[in-house]
Amino acid sequence: MEKSIIVLATLIALASCTPEKPKFEEGEKKKSSAVEEVVDPTKGIGQVKHVTLYNPLDQERIQRGKDIYEMKCQACHRLDDQRVVGPGWKGVTKIRKPEWIMNMITNVDVMLEQDEEAQKLLELCLTRMPNQNVSIGDARDILEFMRQNDGEK
Amino acid sequence: MKQNRLMLIITLGLALLALNGCKPKGPAGVTTGDAASKVYVAPGQYDEFYNFVSGGFNGQMAVYGLPSGRLFRNIPVFSVNPESGYGYSEETKPMLNTSHGFVPWDDLHHPALSTTKGEHDGRWVFGNANNTPRVARISLATFRTEEIIELPNSGGNHSSPFITENTEYVVAGTRFSVPIGDKTDVPISSYKENFKGSISFIKVDPQTGRMNIAFQLRTPGFNYDLSRAGKGPSHGWFFFSCYNTEQAYTLLEVNASRNDKDFIMAVNWKKAEEYLAAGKGRKERARYAHNVYDEKTHTATSTMLDEVTVLDVMELPDIVYFIPCPKSPHGCDVDPTGEYIVGSGKLAAVMPVFSFGKIQTAIANKDYEGDFAGIPIIKYESALHGEVKKPGLGPLHTEFDANGNAYTSFFVSSEIVKWNVQSLQVLDRVPTYYSIGHLCVPGGPTAKPHGKYVIAYNKITKDRYLPTGPELTQSAQLYSIDGDKMQLLLDFPTIGEPHYAEALPASLIKDKSVKIYPIEQNEHPFAAKGEKMARVERKGNDVHVYMTAIRSHLTPDNIEGIRVGDNVYFHVTNLEQDWDVPHGFAIKGATNAEILIMPGETQTLLWKPLAAGVVPFYCTDFCSALHQEMQGYARVSPAGSNTPLKFSTGETASQK
Repeated sequence: MEKSIIVLATLIALASCTPEKPKFEEGEKKKSSAVEEVVDPTKGIGQVKHVTLYNPLDQERIQRGKDIYEMKCQACHRLDDQRVVGPGWKGVTKIRKPEWIMNMITNVDVMLEQDEEAQKLLELCLTRMPNQNVSIGDARDILEFMRQNDGEK
Repeated sequence: MKQNRLMLIITLGLALLALNGCKPKGPAGVTTGDAASKVYVAPGQYDEFYNFVSGGFNGQMAVYGLPSGRLFRNIPVFSVNPESGYGYSEETKPMLNTSHGFVPWDDLHHPALSTTKGEHDGRWVFGNANNTPRVARISLATFRTEEIIELPNSGGNHSSPFITENTEYVVAGTRFSVPIGDKTDVPISSYKENFKGSISFIKVDPQTGRMNIAFQLRTPGFNYDLSRAGKGPSHGWFFFSCYNTEQAYTLLEVNASRNDKDFIMAVNWKKAEEYLAAGKGRKERARYAHNVYDEKTHTATSTMLDEVTVLDVMELPDIVYFIPCPKSPHGCDVDPTGEYIVGSGKLAAVMPVFSFGKIQTAIANKDYEGDFAGIPIIKYESALHGEVKKPGLGPLHTEFDANGNAYTSFFVSSEIVKWNVQSLQVLDRVPTYYSIGHLCVPGGPTAKPHGKYVIAYNKITKDRYLPTGPELTQSAQLYSIDGDKMQLLLDFPTIGEPHYAEALPASLIKDKSVKIYPIEQNEHPFAAKGEKMARVERKGNDVHVYMTAIRSHLTPDNIEGIRVGDNVYFHVTNLEQDWDVPHGFAIKGATNAEILIMPGETQTLLWKPLAAGVVPFYCTDFCSALHQEMQGYARVSPAGSNTPLKFSTGETASQK
């Protein structure tokens, strides 16, 4: 774990001369120091263990998810497949498990420290995804909006 | 003495030899071997206490950790702070509005932490503006100044803020008596006839903390100094030190030091409340500003008020009594039990300790030696618990521990003296370096002192630190009071001139600290809650830029169509929702300052471009690996030109 922090810090330091400020809250620091037992690595790390998806999509969730996207996510994520600050969202629900997506949104600091896929993205983007203080329920709404963005009905 | 000098020469010689020796020994090696370990807080560990220290003439309040003496924050209160934009941003300018207009500076002397049942409750800290009389309330959740109220009829607000047991009132006396009312253009020599004192009782809403002046006491014309509220048995009373009972108006140094005794003024504020409820208050015209910062709109508003209710203690009996106190009393401190009141005459050889019980008996028996302006003067001996004999020179202030002991600062003899409140015996004394003013024991003025340390706030530093030209750092010194003997543990420099300070256990507030402002709750009228709302609008000569900031770009970052003569308002919303990720905003040539925007907050910088050209702007707070990329351009065209208003982020055109 410490090693990964050093790797991260080195990467960031390479990109600019000063490493980024640490962004951990006390509670999160404690959580991250004891590496959780990861059952299914493709689901990421965090509170979200299982998500049930329904069809057709929930239109109210989509609208709420879109509103949150515009307030908290749009600055870095486009809806096409182009990377701006973070990766574009097109296709994200096809290549990531819903649990992984929601854990990435709600538990981003731990994910960036411990999840290999998240770390690969950080190496690519070189900007830590911020903790945008999104609740699990809000993350579920965002997921619904992502599914719609990926063409589900 | 000679040996010491020899040692000093040797030490200096060694330091010179070392050339880069970074820590020369102080002139007085009085700390003992284990002092360092007692103040050492390991990296990543927290201090046990917060220490709120007045900044004096810097108009701010500094926050230190104890026992380490590490500086955490410098909270702007009465002075503009270009570092955060306080007093420069459109949102915070109204905080410094007064009846005299915008006042960018003041002199903050006394922090006062809110209490419930006489004990620290960790809600707010209050502070006073000495020069243009005001009282401020600072939130201990945000560490920001939330409210400032001006005090009419006050001639200088040194005598403040003092809080009652449950923070029912914040009370402010007046240092200078002044002519009050319709006729204020009078000869200075008519002091006795025309000059009056004023004690403001500011009511504090227990939920919101909002302040309003409930009433003012009109008092005889002399100088009002420090005060403490009663507690426990003396709850409902206040005790003020008064000097210049000679009523001098020139060369006070001599003319206000003639009387053998001045007064401690005992105020029965419950009685004043009764008069107020009975309609005995007189409404008088007054003009004063009340400024409130709203955490939802992230904006301050300033309201000008025009009336105050006055209770005249020379007409309404039983509110005020005088107790003689030797020679120009300064500190007037009430012990944790609420029974004993310590008066410290700056020029006196003894320190009187008065008994609240005896004062009550004397009033009941009308045990008076005369009156001043119709106000009874209680006989000194009748109010006296006893005197501390030969305590030192120039007693100023007293704080207490939980074991019945008092700690008094002595300015002239530069020392702290520990004595027992009951027996009045001096128990210990330690030197301070140099000329101590106030001192602080954590919880020292409350009903429940937390003890452990006493901190000296010194007026003179001289040779304690590396020299920095004629102007030297101000300083504090930390002493252990755990044992029988006080022990010097640490010197630490302070920002501004420290006057009074208070300290409370970190556990009372650290977990309530606000980390972010939820963006969903941002009600700023110019907020851009998401990049989709980022835009530029022109209204006549006013251009409003609704800008967002997130690691690591500003939106919009290309703006065209601004003209010379425009007022350009950059309303910057920080879209981050993570702790400790502020963004800053500055634009070349702005004649005010930068703004610093906390996560979820909106702040506005006004910029008046004077010349055509392309002007850079950028984020000033290092926020991410790509912080140096967080920048943009504003194009300014000549006045009257037709450059269309355009704004974008991430749009590119093919370049030749």
